[in-house]
Amino acid sequence: MLDGFSAEILARFQFAFTVSFHIIFPSFSIGLASYLAVLNALWLKTGNETYLTLFNYWKKIFAVAFGMGVVSGIVMSYQFGTNWSVFSDRTGPILGPLMAYEILSAFFLEAGFLGIMLFGRKRVGDKLHMFATAMVAFGTVMSATWILSVNSWMHTPVGYSINEVGQFVPEDWWQIVFNPSFPYRLFHMVLAAYLTTALVVAGAGAYHFLKGDADEPSRKMFSMGMWMLVIVTPLQILAGDLHGLNTYKHQPQKVMAMEGHYDSYPDGAPLYLFGIPNAEEKRIDYAIKIPKLASLILKKDLNAPLDGLDTIADEDEPPVALVFFSFRIMVGLGFAMLGLGIWSLWARYRGTIHTSPWLHRASFAMGPMGFVAVLAGWITTEVGRQPFTVYGLMRTSESLAPVAAPAVAASLIAFIVVYFFVFGAGTFYLLRMMGVPPADQKKINLREGPMRGTGQHPAGPRSSAAPAE
Amino acid sequence: MIFGLELSFIWAGIIAFAVLTYVILDGFDLGVGMLFPFTKEEKERDVMMNSVAPVWDGNETWLVMGGGGLFAVFPLAYAVVLPALYMPITLMLLALVFRGVAFEYRWRTERWKGVWDMSFAGGSYMAAFTQGIALGALVQGIEIENRAYAGGWWDWLTPFSVLTGLAVTVGYMMLGATWLNMKLEGRIQSHMRRIAWPASIATVGFMGAVSLATPFLDSVYFERWFTWPNLGFVAIVPVLVAFCIWRLFFGLMRHHDTAPFLCAVGMFVLGFIGIGISFYPHIVPPSLTIADAAAPDSSLAFALVGAVILIPIILAYTAYSYWVFRGKIDPNEGYH
Repeated sequence: MLDGFSAEILARFQFAFTVSFHIIFPSFSIGLASYLAVLNALWLKTGNETYLTLFNYWKKIFAVAFGMGVVSGIVMSYQFGTNWSVFSDRTGPILGPLMAYEILSAFFLEAGFLGIMLFGRKRVGDKLHMFATAMVAFGTVMSATWILSVNSWMHTPVGYSINEVGQFVPEDWWQIVFNPSFPYRLFHMVLAAYLTTALVVAGAGAYHFLKGDADEPSRKMFSMGMWMLVIVTPLQILAGDLHGLNTYKHQPQKVMAMEGHYDSYPDGAPLYLFGIPNAEEKRIDYAIKIPKLASLILKKDLNAPLDGLDTIADEDEPPVALVFFSFRIMVGLGFAMLGLGIWSLWARYRGTIHTSPWLHRASFAMGPMGFVAVLAGWITTEVGRQPFTVYGLMRTSESLAPVAAPAVAASLIAFIVVYFFVFGAGTFYLLRMMGVPPADQKKINLREGPMRGTGQHPAGPRSSAAPAE
Repeated sequence: MIFGLELSFIWAGIIAFAVLTYVILDGFDLGVGMLFPFTKEEKERDVMMNSVAPVWDGNETWLVMGGGGLFAVFPLAYAVVLPALYMPITLMLLALVFRGVAFEYRWRTERWKGVWDMSFAGGSYMAAFTQGIALGALVQGIEIENRAYAGGWWDWLTPFSVLTGLAVTVGYMMLGATWLNMKLEGRIQSHMRRIAWPASIATVGFMGAVSLATPFLDSVYFERWFTWPNLGFVAIVPVLVAFCIWRLFFGLMRHHDTAPFLCAVGMFVLGFIGIGISFYPHIVPPSLTIADAAAPDSSLAFALVGAVILIPIILAYTAYSYWVFRGKIDPNEGYH
C-alpha cells in the first residue's frame, strides 16, 4: 500500500492529517475553557444553580476533549523532528524557543490546574477552584498565542539572519515574536475558537429543544451561545478582512490563489464568487464573478490594477484549487454564522427564541460548522504558503527528514487507523454526553468517573442536588 | 556565559532535569497502567486509575518539555535523534494516544470499558518499552553525516536496545507498584506490594545487565567508568544504588508505605546520573557534543530567561497539585 509515493508527499500528508485532527480539539477547548470560567464566575456571583449545572456538564465534556487535544498535541511536538528534521535543524534556533515558551507558560499551566479544576472544588474551596479554572482558560489562550507566533513567523519571517551552516538565527526577538502576520492570525484564530465553541454549545441546546427535553440549563446555554454568535461573528469578519489584507501585503501569491486570479488585471480585478479553477488552462471555469470587486476589497479602489499568478514563477505558486475552495467554504460559513446570529436577535426580539423550531434546526445544523470553517481556514493559509515551509526562504522539499518512504508510509497508515478509531470513539462519547440534557446529570455518566478525591473529604457527586463538585 | 558556565551546559542540565522528571513522574503512572491487568476487580482498577488521574497530564507535559526543549536549544540533536528513532518514537506516540484517552473514555462507556482498559494497559507497556528502546539506541550511538541522520530505519533494533527496553519496562512497573503501595489501602495495597517484589528484583537484574553491557559498547564509556581517578568518583553511584535497593526491599518487608517508592525513584535518579556520566560531554554519542548541537547563544539566552522564571513556578504549582491530592485513595468513596 502507498507504494510509489515519495517520502515527501507521504510526510506532507501525514503532517496535514495529524495537525488537522489536532486543531479540532484546541479550537473547541480554547473556547470551552473560557466558557467554563465564565460559568463558574456567574455561579459564584449569582448563586444561580443553572450556571453550576452547566459548569459541571461542560466540564466533563471539556475533560474528554482536552484529553484528546493533549495526546494529539504530543504527536505534533515530535513530528517536527521525525518527519521534518532539516526544517527543525534550520529553524530550531528561532521557532524552538517560542515553543519552549508555549510549553513553560501554557502547557504546564493547563495541566497543573486541570486536576484541581476537574476534581478539586471541595478540596481547595470555591476561590482557589475559580483561580484554577481561570488559569486553565488563560493557559489555553497563552498556548494559542505562542504557537500562532511560531506559525506566523513561517508565513512572515523577520528578525533573523542565516548562519554559516544554513540555520536561521535570531537577531531581534521582539520582531520575531510580533512578526507582521501574528496579531491578525492570533485574533482571527482565538475568535474562531470562541465561535466554534458557541456554535457547539448552542447546537447542543438546539438539539434538546428539537428533542423536546430542553430544561432550564439547555435554554440558558442556547441563549448564551446565540449571544456569543451575535457579538463575535461581526468581529471575526472584520478580523478576517484585516488578516486577508495583511496576507495580501506579505504573501500576494496566496491571495492570488484565494481569489483565483490566474491573470493580472490592469484595470480592476473581479471577485469570483464561485467557479472551478482549471490548473491546465490557468483560468476559472464556470465563473460567477462580480467585476472589479476584488480591487475594491484589496485596494479600496474599483479600478486599481491587480497582479495575478502570471507574474509568479510556476515553481513558486501554491496549488490554486484547494486554496480557492477552502477559502470560499470558510467565508461562506462565516456569513452563515452572521445570518444565524441576526436571526436569533430577531427571534429574541419577537420572543420566539425558545420556541422557533426553524431557528433550532438551523442552529443544530450549524453546530459543527465552526470546526469546518477552522479547518477550511487553516487549509487556505497553510496550503497557500506552499511550496515553502518558511515563506520565500525554505522550500517544503528541502525541509524533509532523511527517512525512507516505507517508514513514512507505515507510520502514516498507523496514524490514520489509530486516529479514526480513537478519536472516532471519543467524538461518539462527546456527542452522547451532549445528547443528555444538562440537568439530567445521572444519565450523562454511566459512572461518575475518573477520580474524586480521597480520604476525609467524601465528595458526594452522585446527587445533582449537591451544589459542589 | 553566565557565572563562568556556558549557556549550552546550563541548558543541557535543564533538559536532563526535564527528561528525568518525566521518567520518574510518567514512570509511575505508566507503571500503574501496566499493573492494570493484575487485578480483575472493578473497584480496584478504579482506585488505581484515580491515584494518577489528577496528575498524569502534568506528568506527560515533561515529555513535551524534553522534546520541545531539545528542539529549542539543541535543534541539531533533535533533528538527528528523531529520524534515527523514527519507529520507536512513532510507536511511543501512538501508545500514549491509546493510554491517554483511556483516562476519560473508560468512564464513558459500559460496553467498551474492557477495550479502554486494554488500551490503557497495552499503551502503557508499549510506551515504556519503546522509551527503553530509544534509550538503548541512543546509548549505542547514532550515525551522523552532514548534520543529518545517516543510518537506516531499523538501526535502532539491537539486542542491547531490547535489553534496555525490558529494563525500562520492569523499572516503570516497580515505580508503579511502589506508588500504589503508597497511595492505596487494604487488599489492593498488599497485592501491589507483593507485585513490587518481583518487579524490583527484575529491575535490579536488568539494571545490572545494562550497566555491565554499556562500558563494552564503546571504549569511551569503559574508560569513563574503569580508569583511575574516575573510578573513585563514579563508584559512588553503584554504592548509592546498593543502598536504595537494600532500603527498598527492607521497606517492602516491613510494609512501609513511602520508603519503597522513594527508593525506587532513587534508583532511577542514580541510573540517570550513570547515563549522564557515560554521555558527557556528548548529547548524542558517539560524535555530537553538547556544544556542537547547541543553538546560538541568543536563542539559549532568550529561552533561559523564561526557564529561570517559569520552571520554579511550575514546580511550585505542580507540588501544590500533588499536595491537594495527597494521602491514600479511599476505595469506598465516590461514585457507586
